[in-house]
Amino acid sequence: MASMLLNTMRAGSVSPSWAVRLGARSLSTTAQLHAQVQTKSKKTLSRPGVKNIVLVEGVRTPFLLSGTTYADLMPHDLARAALQGLLQRTGLSKDAVDYIIYGTVIQEVKTSNVAREASLGAGFSDKIPSHTVTMACISSNVAMTSAVGLIAAGQCDSVVAGGVEFMSDVPIRHSRKMRKTMLSLNKAKTLGQRLSLIGSIRMAHLSPELPAVAEFSTAESMGHSADRLAAAFGVSRVEQDEFALRSHTLAKSAQDAGLLKDVISFKVPGRDIVSKDNGIRPSSMEQMGRLKAAFIKPHGTVTAANSSFLTDGASAVLVMSEEKALAMGYKPKAYLRDFVYVSQDPKDQLLLGPTYGTPKVLERAGLAMSDIDVFEFHEAFAVSSLTSDGKETVQAFAFLGDCVLLICLVILRCVFVFQGQIMANLKAMDSDWFGQTYLGRKSKVGAPPMEKFNLWGGSLSLGHPFGATGCRLVTTVAHRLQKEGGQYGLVAACAAGGQGHAMVIEAYPQ
Amino acid sequence: MSCECFKGSQWRAGISTDHQSAADLTDRLSGSGSKSPRKPQRQHFDSELVSFTSYHCSLTSAPKMAGVRALGVLSRFTSRRYALYSGATCRTFSVAPAMLARTHVNYEVKGDVAVVRINDPNSKVNTLSVQMQKEMAEVMDEVWANNAVQSAVLISSKPGCFIAGADINMIQGCNNAEEVTTLSKEGQKMFERIEKSPKPIVAAINGSCLGGGLEFAIACQYRIATKSKKTVLGTPEVMLGLLPGAGGTQRLPKMVGLPNAFDMMLTGRNIRADKAKKMGLVHQLVDPLGPGLKSPEERTMDYLEEVAIEYARGIVSKKIPIHKVKGSMEKIQDYVMSFGLVRNQIYNTVQSKVMKQSKGLYPAPLKIIECVKAGVEQGPVAGYLAESQNFGQLAKTSESAALIGLYQGQVACKKNRFGTPQREVKTLAILGAGLMGAGIAQVTVDKGVHTVLKDTTVSGLARGEQQVYKGLNDKTKKKNITSFQRDSILSNLTGQLDYSNFAKADMVIEAVFEDINIKHAVLKEVEAVVSPHCIFATNTSALPIKDIAAASKRPDKVIGMHYFSPVDKMQLLEIITTDKTSKDTTASAVAVGLKQGKVIIVVRDGPGFYTTRCLAPMLAEAVRVLQEGVDPKKLDALTTSFGFPVGAATLADEVGIDVAAHVAEDLGKAFGSRFGGGNVEVLKTMVDLGFKGRKSGKGCYIYQPGLKTKEVNPDIVDIGQSSDQDSPCYRLVSRFVNEAVLCLQEGILINPLEGDIGAVFGLGFPPCLGGPFRFVDSFGADKLVEKMRQYEAVYGNQFTPCQLLLDHAKDSTKRFHM
Repeated sequence: MASMLLNTMRAGSVSPSWAVRLGARSLSTTAQLHAQVQTKSKKTLSRPGVKNIVLVEGVRTPFLLSGTTYADLMPHDLARAALQGLLQRTGLSKDAVDYIIYGTVIQEVKTSNVAREASLGAGFSDKIPSHTVTMACISSNVAMTSAVGLIAAGQCDSVVAGGVEFMSDVPIRHSRKMRKTMLSLNKAKTLGQRLSLIGSIRMAHLSPELPAVAEFSTAESMGHSADRLAAAFGVSRVEQDEFALRSHTLAKSAQDAGLLKDVISFKVPGRDIVSKDNGIRPSSMEQMGRLKAAFIKPHGTVTAANSSFLTDGASAVLVMSEEKALAMGYKPKAYLRDFVYVSQDPKDQLLLGPTYGTPKVLERAGLAMSDIDVFEFHEAFAVSSLTSDGKETVQAFAFLGDCVLLICLVILRCVFVFQGQIMANLKAMDSDWFGQTYLGRKSKVGAPPMEKFNLWGGSLSLGHPFGATGCRLVTTVAHRLQKEGGQYGLVAACAAGGQGHAMVIEAYPQ
Repeated sequence: MSCECFKGSQWRAGISTDHQSAADLTDRLSGSGSKSPRKPQRQHFDSELVSFTSYHCSLTSAPKMAGVRALGVLSRFTSRRYALYSGATCRTFSVAPAMLARTHVNYEVKGDVAVVRINDPNSKVNTLSVQMQKEMAEVMDEVWANNAVQSAVLISSKPGCFIAGADINMIQGCNNAEEVTTLSKEGQKMFERIEKSPKPIVAAINGSCLGGGLEFAIACQYRIATKSKKTVLGTPEVMLGLLPGAGGTQRLPKMVGLPNAFDMMLTGRNIRADKAKKMGLVHQLVDPLGPGLKSPEERTMDYLEEVAIEYARGIVSKKIPIHKVKGSMEKIQDYVMSFGLVRNQIYNTVQSKVMKQSKGLYPAPLKIIECVKAGVEQGPVAGYLAESQNFGQLAKTSESAALIGLYQGQVACKKNRFGTPQREVKTLAILGAGLMGAGIAQVTVDKGVHTVLKDTTVSGLARGEQQVYKGLNDKTKKKNITSFQRDSILSNLTGQLDYSNFAKADMVIEAVFEDINIKHAVLKEVEAVVSPHCIFATNTSALPIKDIAAASKRPDKVIGMHYFSPVDKMQLLEIITTDKTSKDTTASAVAVGLKQGKVIIVVRDGPGFYTTRCLAPMLAEAVRVLQEGVDPKKLDALTTSFGFPVGAATLADEVGIDVAAHVAEDLGKAFGSRFGGGNVEVLKTMVDLGFKGRKSGKGCYIYQPGLKTKEVNPDIVDIGQSSDQDSPCYRLVSRFVNEAVLCLQEGILINPLEGDIGAVFGLGFPPCLGGPFRFVDSFGADKLVEKMRQYEAVYGNQFTPCQLLLDHAKDSTKRFHM
């Protein structure tokens, strides 16, 4: 307990409002956590010959519903805000990092290497190279593990990794026919050629091409897949709604208790200062129960309320080798240990990444499920938060449904990850049959205990800016380990394309 | 390349092309244009019908008649008997022991919903056999009598099959039309009770729902189908020369409208679940699930059941409407259809199209129109009566017997009677990327077999690879596969100019030019690079395999695989074994052919094997007919009205005049004057003039790209002098048939069944006649011999009947098919 308090004070010292947070934290510490702290005497995962790589700090902009306060920004503006927040929080000098990596999913064409635009804009030295990676919803995980790789290989000592997603604006293109005509127009030499090309434009040319509404390989939307997955694992509507409610409730109390200290304040140009996530809306089972199925109609179980919503947001973490961090006078938050990437059938196992990744990474680290103190699983998102009342959402949806042309609906559908998905993962991990048949194990993986699981809310309630969620998960694990006094944390996430990621994080000794 | 380049000679063209007519009609009436991609008609016949049969004839045929009568009795009495008990007692006393006794249909009460499960324990598919019907009637009576039950769900326990149709053996076992009519009436009665069920019945469909199965489903109040690829709905009866005889001709028009109903019933085509939903054939769709807590198949069935139960409850509580709200298009269509004049126009149009395409040789489509008309115009009583009576009549027609025979033959030819080969062919190399080679690649690569396609030139290889790509891309356009599946299938294809990957090949199929020296050269080249277990298959249409194998170091590994062009459309594969070919080599070749989706006949080696040998004399006779001055168009008209899907002159053009000349010369050398007829010199002259058939743009006809109609080649008319003739069809057919019988006599053919299948599926022998052997049986060997003797007197020994045919003529009890 003493060490815990000490720990919080240390961590709190970075924050301007540490006193308030300390109070809140003491209150939320439960008896059960005390018990855990006492039984902790686990070995460290440090291995001879392998560099210790640490998470020094992690920050994020508030995650906002798309189309709200961030609506007029560009993606690199958000990423810039996160980077500036990180600089401010750590007091890092602007030329003290060796490399910057960002993850993003839907690319703004003008800033396709958003990492470079954001780092320049954030004032980092123009001598620091930066690149952008993408791997759907685990893009920023890739950014972080790339940083780990660079450091482990001895190429860099300190790297900033992050992620950004901006869904308030997405690239909508001309149709392929129109693009072809326009490109030919560039090459046309005579007026006659130009006129004949212009004359060839038909109505069909004018219909725009929206960002992919479905998994490319299977042509199935993720919502549809999530609904099928929920059915395959027998996850009922009620279970999903309960989980959604849990996520929102936990997020709300974490927010109220000031636990979400990775959130930085951001003065949005032309708007107010934003300092809180705005998608957390605990509803009631009745309200959620009134919603109609969003994808498989009418008997589906995935609704606006139990899937995650479209979010704008950015995150950033500072990753260093342990020596470098200590040499620079930092007190690291956690060690980044083993990690794995997995991939499966993108049709029927699209969202089962955590189920495959968890046992694999635990095996790599030589840990058992019971060794893990903190679980942070990516749980994806919900449309319901577009409006606070479920009823309104239904109306909004009905309206959207009527106006088939409303592009936003189409886009909305393309990218939801769902929460039936997380339940399905939990059930898959708890199923002997699945373990034996698909994971090649003797028995089930075992589901994470709910009392250690996503205790500060998840993507469903906090929001899920695809490219930025990974850093949020890792930072949250680090903060929860500090707060709850555990030693090991596990991050797991699924991504489009049937891929997944899992990482073990070890608390930095206090 | 190989010689059979004709296309469209599918045996069921007579019926299946009706599809076109009805579909056109549908399009016109619904104003949808021709947007809906039409499936190629040939290729899906096998898949739909394989499940349509029942494999358990012995089981059901014995107690058949007794069963049918018992069914009637039961259906009348049981409901009253059970009504005496209260719901609860009924369940305790009657269900438990009954469930033990019943083998095909069972039920379980889940809350207030009875889940009725169909499962034929003796077969891979469920058929409406006598036993099935009897148990179904029992179960339904119990369900209706059980007060605790508010609604029912009808579901199959077999993941791939709901109900695949009526039991053909049950129909075939009837002695006369009246018995079949009775059978139909019993079916009608049973489905009428289902239709009028006071408790809503939800049919939960996963897998094939065909024929009687569909009729059952549409009698239910509500239908839910899975979107699985295996889920298909259809009425394939017409392909067996029958009609939907259990209310189908009456309910379908009401459910999907006249045009759609005609389209379904006249073409027998399969309808996928999403299309069925659009047509109004099913109410709801359920997605197939991936792996979860159980295997995908099991869990999907459970899910379907759960959803169906939910809907059944919803219907009872009136939350779910049974009748779909009609769209404005449908309302307009209904309004238009309310005019007798419009309906009459439809009947006439459909009738004339059917007549045009079936040449009146197939009675079933006409009877279907008659039944629909009776029902719509004169009311249900007349409609159902017409249906059952026509069903009875059709079942006893020779056309139906021929079609059923073909169907059963086709099923038999989809089995490997040589057992499982020692090694599975995982890599198949093909030599020559021409039309044939690429065609073989096309049907192989999408079956998960690594396919190596080798040619000698870059341009030849590019053409071949493009052909494979186009085949797959066309499937993508028709939404049979996704573009992603297309790409991943193509990743299994390796195109190359050398022998580099041949060491890995388990089988090599050569499709190089038909020249014994070239064949020998490639055989030696291949044997130098392949592994010892690799099989060498040669795709030739006339060169004897033993001559090709003469150059081989290991003749036991050499076999003939004679594909028909276009390979992706033609179902037949003729496999030719020599005396030295090992059994395992044969088993392996058959296994590959089956994987490629082929109907396979295995014949012994000899000049022209079986198919080419039968075709050659017929074409020789066709040339003679042309020489006699019959206009090619006239010859085509005569032969098509005899039942050939492709006229003889067109056939010659499709095959290629040069190939025909080549084969005629070769076989002429082997068999002597029996293969004479038309002067070979005539063919040679045509070839010299550049009239090589369709491929050169000129043959008997002139072909112009983009034009569907073809003009008679004016130069060809000069070849012969005009004279008056009787229909030359019997001249053509008798030579064909005689040669086929001779093949059986000489042991080239193993049995008459394969002879029929080969002739119909490979050469377009009239399907309504069922093949040359069935033709001899039904026409009468004595009558045929008599005709041939007449021709013999005029034309000579080409018409001399063979010994086996003479034997059959002498003894009328001798038949090729029992």
